[in-house]
This record gives sequence, C-alpha cells and structure tokens, in this order.
Amino acid sequence: MVSQNGAILALDNVSVNFGGLMAVNEFTFTLQKGELAGLIGPNGAGKTTIFNIITGQYEPVRGKVFFKGQDITGWRPDRVACAGIARTFQNIRLFEDLTVLDNVLVSRHSKLKASVLAAALNLPGYINEERVAREKAMELLDRVGLADLANAEAGSLPYGQQRRVEIARALAADPELLLLDEPAAGMNPEETSRLMEFICDVRDKFGLTILLIEHDMKLVMGICERIRVIDYGVSIAEGTPQEIQSDSRVITAYLGEEACEYS
Amino acid sequence: MNASVLFQQLINGMSLGSLYALLAIGYTMVYGILRFINFAHSDIFMVGAYSAFFFIAVFRLPWPLAAAFAVALTALVGMTIDRAAYRPVRDAPRISALITAVGVSSFIENLGLVTVGARPKAFESPGFMSQVFHIGSVAVTGVAVWVPIITVLLLAIMMYIVYRTKIGMAMRAVSTDIEATRLMGVDVDRVISYTFALGSALAAAGGILWACKYPKITPLMGVYPGWKAFTAAVVGGIGSIPGAMIGGFIIGLVEVLTVAISPNLSGYRDGVIFLVLVVFLLVRPTGILGETLKEKV
Amino acid sequence: MSDKSRKTILTIILIGFLFVLAWLAERCLDEYVMRVVRTGLIYVIAAVGYNLINGIAGQFSLGPNGFMALGGYMVALLMLPLDQKKFVWFLQPLIWPFNAFSFSKPFFPLAVALGGVAGALGALIVGIPSLRLRGDYLAIATFGFSQIIIVLANNLIPITNGALGIKGIPEYADIYRCLGWAIVAVLIISNLANSSYGRAMKSVRDDEVAAEAMGIPVFRIKLLAFVVSGFFAGVAGGLMASLITTVSPNLFSFSMTFNLLIIIVLGGLGSITGSAVTAFAFALISEVLRFVESPMTIGPIHIPGIAGMRMLVFSLLLVLLMIFYRRGLFGKREISWDWVFARFGKITGKGAEAWSHKTERS
Repeated sequence: MVSQNGAILALDNVSVNFGGLMAVNEFTFTLQKGELAGLIGPNGAGKTTIFNIITGQYEPVRGKVFFKGQDITGWRPDRVACAGIARTFQNIRLFEDLTVLDNVLVSRHSKLKASVLAAALNLPGYINEERVAREKAMELLDRVGLADLANAEAGSLPYGQQRRVEIARALAADPELLLLDEPAAGMNPEETSRLMEFICDVRDKFGLTILLIEHDMKLVMGICERIRVIDYGVSIAEGTPQEIQSDSRVITAYLGEEACEYS
Repeated sequence: MNASVLFQQLINGMSLGSLYALLAIGYTMVYGILRFINFAHSDIFMVGAYSAFFFIAVFRLPWPLAAAFAVALTALVGMTIDRAAYRPVRDAPRISALITAVGVSSFIENLGLVTVGARPKAFESPGFMSQVFHIGSVAVTGVAVWVPIITVLLLAIMMYIVYRTKIGMAMRAVSTDIEATRLMGVDVDRVISYTFALGSALAAAGGILWACKYPKITPLMGVYPGWKAFTAAVVGGIGSIPGAMIGGFIIGLVEVLTVAISPNLSGYRDGVIFLVLVVFLLVRPTGILGETLKEKV
Repeated sequence: MSDKSRKTILTIILIGFLFVLAWLAERCLDEYVMRVVRTGLIYVIAAVGYNLINGIAGQFSLGPNGFMALGGYMVALLMLPLDQKKFVWFLQPLIWPFNAFSFSKPFFPLAVALGGVAGALGALIVGIPSLRLRGDYLAIATFGFSQIIIVLANNLIPITNGALGIKGIPEYADIYRCLGWAIVAVLIISNLANSSYGRAMKSVRDDEVAAEAMGIPVFRIKLLAFVVSGFFAGVAGGLMASLITTVSPNLFSFSMTFNLLIIIVLGGLGSITGSAVTAFAFALISEVLRFVESPMTIGPIHIPGIAGMRMLVFSLLLVLLMIFYRRGLFGKREISWDWVFARFGKITGKGAEAWSHKTERS
C-alpha cells in the first residue's frame, strides 16, 4: 500500500497486459498536489498506457488507482473526467468539425444542470446556463490566448495551435489534475519553448497538478520538478532532473534506444 | 417428427445451407479486406440467376455452357460495381461506403424491375435436378442432392484459389494488412477487383442453383437469401472463409428446423434468422471463428 | 431589442406565415396536391429525426422504418372506431385493451404523441443493446431489429391483423396538424442539436474516445439521440397511418428508410434544416417523377408505365452523391436567421461573421 498522505494521485502496484504481454508491471507512483511531474522512457515503455489506466480507458488487471484518496479503479473515462482528471492525447484528438469554442464547451457539458427537455424547448433556465458556459469558455480562451480563434473550425488550425486548443479543452473541464501526453510532439524548438512557458503559466493561473509524458528532454528537464523513468512497463528511476540526468540506468535505457535508432 | 422426416429435413437444410454458404463467402471476403458490408452482393446473386435464365431461354445455349457464361458475366458485373461505385469511396468515411452499397443494391434491384419486370420468370433447370432419388422410404429430389455436391466442389476450387495460388495469397495478405501489402508493391486495387470477381462468381453459382431449387425468379429474389447468407457470415465469424461455410450450413438447418418443429412458426422463419443475426452481433460479434479486433486509444 | 429576441420574433412570424400559406393552399389547391404536401410534411418529421442520430450523433442507424411502424400501428389501434375494429379483426379478435375503446377526433394529437412514445420506447429497447456497436455493425443490428418489427407486424394478427393490415383509420392528419407537428419536430430537434446536448452528440460523432475523456457519457448521449429520433419516427408513422387511412407491414418496409437516407444525405448529414427542406422537396419531386411510372401518350407515341423507374433514379442519385458530392446540399450548416441575413446582405454583427467564417472553408 502506498502512502497517500496529501497525494492527489496514487497508483498502487498497477499492472496491465495485452495478450500476455505485460505493458505495465506493478507500477507504483504518487503525485502531490500542485506538482509538475514528468513521465519519461523509451518508445513503447508503457507511458501512454499508464495515462489510459488513470483515465479509465484501460482497467488494470491488478492494482488500484486513487484520486484524492478515492478509489477510482475501473471507473468509466467520463466519470474519471468528471471527478477532476483531464487529459490531452499524443496524436491530437480534437472534435475537428466543431469550432474551437464548441470544442471547449464540450468539456463544460458535464457541468450542465438543465434537462434535455429544457434544452430542447430552449427554456430560460437552459439559456441562462448556456450563456454562462459560453462566457466562461470565452474567458478561458482569452486567458490561454486563443480568443480570436474561437469561431475557427478546430480541424483547420495549424498543428501547434491544435495542441493549445486541446490543452484549453482539457482545462475547460475545471480539472485538478492535468495529464499531457507528449505536448511538444511535432513542434520546433521555438514552439516548444513557448509551450514550456504556456504550461508553467497554466499551472500557476489554474492552480493545477500536472503530469506529462514527453520525449523532448529540454522541456522535461526545464519544467518538471520530479521525473519518473520507466522502461518495459517497469519503473527504473525517479528523482529531480539533475538526479535523473546522472542516473546510470536511465542512461543505459536511453542510450540503448538511441543506439538502436541510429544503427 | 419421425426419423425419415427428420432425415429429409436435414437434407433440405444441407442443400439450403450450402447455397447460403456460397453467398456468405462473398460477404466475408469483401468484409475481410475492406471492412465493409457489400449490400449489393444479394443482388449479384439475382444477376447470376437471370443471366443463366437468358443464356438458356433466349440464346438457347446448352445448360453447362449457359451456367459457365452466367458465372463469368456475373463476376464481371461484380468487378464493375467495385470499380465504378466502391473504389471512388474507398478513402471516404466508412459510412459513405455503406451508404453507397445500399444505393448500389437498390439500383440493381430497380434496374432489374425496369428491364425484366416484376413478374416471376420460370427458370428451366436441367433434367438431373428434378430426378427423384429413393433412399429407403425417403424420397429426395435431385436438387437436394446435387446442390450440396456442386457446392462442395465449388468451395474446394475456391479454397484452392485462396490458399494455393499467388492471387489468393495476395488476397489473404490484403485482408491481413492492406497498407503493408500496398507497401510491398502489390497492386491492391487489382487484388480487391479479383476478390469481387471471385465472390460474385460464387454468388452467381449460388443464384443459379437457387433458381434450380426454386424455379420462379424475380428481381428481388436475392434480398432474403442475401440477409440469411450475411447472417451466416456473421455467425461463422465475418472475415473468415471457413466460418462462412459453417455459418451457411447452420443457418440452413436453423431455417428448415424452425418450420419443421412447428408449422405455426413458418411466418417467423425470416424473423428467426434476423433474431440470430442480432443476437450474434450483440453477444458475439466476432462469430464462431472470427478474431477479436481491439481498438487502439 | 436584443439580437436573440429579434430572431425569436422572426421565427414566430415565419410560423404564422406558414400557417397562412397552409390556409391558402387548402383553399386553392386540389385534394391530390394537398395530399402530396401533407406527405412532404410527414417526411420532414421523419427526416429531421433520422438526421439527429445519423448526422448529428454520427451513429448510423438503418431502422427508422421499424419505429415508424410502431407509431403507425399505435395510432391505428387508438383511432380506429370500435365497429371498424370488429370488422377488421373478423377472424381473430383484437386484444384487450384496444378492443374496448377508441379515441375521438379531439384526442388525435394525443394518439400521435403516443405513437411517438411507441417509437421512442422501441428505440430504447433496440438502442440499449445495439448502440454498443459501431459503424457497419450498428447499421446491421438496427436493420435487423426493424426487420423483426416488420415480421412481427406480419404475424401478430390479434394486434396488427397481419399482412392484410388495418383499414379504415379516420383521416385526421390534415394540413394544419401535419404542419404543426413538422414545426415542432424541426424546432425541437434544431434546439437540441444546437444545445449543449447537441454539442455532446457531435463530439461523440467526431471522436468517441476524446468525448469520453472530456466527461461526455457517450452511451447515454447516443441513446438520447436514438430515442428522440425514434419518437419523431413514431410521430411520422402515426400521421402517415391517418393520412393513408391504412397501415400494413408493406407501408413500413425498408424502402421507407431508403427514402429517408437519400433525403438526409442529399440535404447534408448534420444539417437539420437542410434535411427539412430536402424532405419536402423530395416528396414533391418523387410525385412529379411518378409520371415516368405511369403509362402515357405523347402524340402518336404510347409509352407504357415503367415500374421501379423512380427508385432507379433515386438509387443512382444516392450513389452519385456519395461519390461526387458527399457533403450534400447544406453540408453541416443550418439555415438560420444569421445565414439569411448574411446571404441577403443585412449583416447583423457577430452571428453573420461567425457564419461567414465557417463557410470560408467549406
């Protein structure tokens, strides 16, 4: 049993297998409120799988997931989201046919109190709630600097902006914990450094706890306070960026991969 | 129900089932490759029966030649449908392909109504089909005996093509991973085209045999056999060729036995098949032999 | 006056205008043309409902004919006068409670609403197991269930009178009632589609996994769209029963679904107003095309009627649409007041801008 003192998220000996292959094996991890932590490891190490376990896309065969002390193992993803965990995806999954504003508003739907009937009949109660939701969404877009794109179709935006919209959409759910899956993928160094500022900024403005997966070491080492390294579904190291950079197991894992990549 | 009636019903079920199997293979092959249900396949079956009808009744061709020509012509029709209607929507959302198939199906049916009319035509089946065999106290018509035999022969040829020839290997490769096969330099469109030809040829053979069994043919004759064959493909595991054969026989037997058990149920014979279809889709969508496809997140 | 209340007033004026038009039409047009108009309005109801599940929620159903049948039989059973019931079910008696009562004319709207409830209940029962399936499998399962409904209609003689159907249903589906229901359907479904629930449906259509991760209860949203769609299918079926005065399993065959499919594809999957306009136009054009199926004599040439010609044209149209014009006439856009203003040069600030922004790409 992991110690959950003040931990916002705790994974306790979590395992998942795909057709006999252990994708994640007895993974234990805690995240303190307000932390900005990173999850790194070679390709196929099981990082995204861990995200999918936290958000309920996969149910672990063993182990438990706790959020704010509550056991959320096996909850459906929408319930996890409503509990306060929001995420982005490695391969951007926006609602491409919807506008940026509508994308953000989708995340507000679970907060809606008005009934279907009130919405279908456009009753004043619903109209009021919709107005408030729109104002909040616009305010959010303003804060993340996307206000002028509110009415643009999400699928039509350039890649970098789609990433930001995805983060904005996650933020709109009023999460306490934000999971970012490779937010800098496909970005050039300049875009990446702007994204770093953006992530730090978002954390301070919204008072969030953030866990991110990233391959860009500059980003990870630059903003994460604590880093966990995994390989083949197993934790191999944890520590501050300085500790990780000098850890021999990490270097082997990464050099091993680099060696493969460049051979 | 006594033993001889049961035996007779089993023979009927086998012959009906083998026809469903012939038709089911076309559904399953196309689904295996394109992940799409070719609604028009049941109408290909009808085209097969009508082509044989015209080769016999109008061109006065001898029976085996007429059947061979009809099968070839129908294979060509199948390829044409793929080329003209399905290939242009190959990269479109899956739903577009399905809507296109619904449209093509309706197009062929109504083309049939417009050109040959709704009135049933009497199909001239060859003599050996109407011969009656006596096995003990049971009288069995030639159709009931010949249909399964011809079917097994055709299935053997088809299995040979799929598992022993180069084009068959390409078909199997495409159904495993269409993109990888494309990268290997295989002309995927051509392979798909041949798949349609092979599936349509079997459907045509099924249509002709069906017409021998039920000699009144109409432009809508394919609709119900089509759904039953499709159900057979689902029951066997859509995408699996042996599954389609097994499914075909199961559906044939289920249908015959439903009526045999209680004549009161005869009004429900189509309903029972749809029930089987729905139950399999809901409970075991991969069928008996199909493999599970996991969705990636 | 705010932008919003101005639009509401315009909508009310438009509805008033439509009723005046209906009043004029009833006085000027003959019975035959009015029948076509009423059929068109019924198609509008079924089509906008069908588009909610197929176009807005992106769940491909092939089942509306079954739900229309439920509504149709419900209205027939409720409205058929008692002596007519005895006459129709002369072999096997009609089951209780339908053999004990019959609604009088003032209750017709209630009967139609109950027809809608029958459709919605049917959709609920079919949807709970089926909506776990996706794409082609969902299409086939809904088709299968609809076929089962039709097979039951053919066989449950004490309720449906089998293949012979039910004759002598009072013809209460006049132009005002049809128009009224059509307006209700279009208003409710477009409100719903533009609401937070509609956005949730569209998010499920675009990416189920992402929608779920954003807190959308995917299954319940699909079921909601399916049940609302089933309700309006039931309403349309009920009105149709009263318009034709007969119901039979044949009336609600798959070709009904096929027609609706053409309508929503042509109008644009996802455009509620698009399918409303297209549905009405479809009914009219379909009637005009009827001449190709009836024998005619042009001067010395006599052309016999060709059965199936209309459906041949429509099938070809459907395939061509899918190949060359997949987004249909309206794409995913709605005909709104903003659209009208933008189109006719009376720009009203934000709304119109938003609209023109959206159209730039399409």
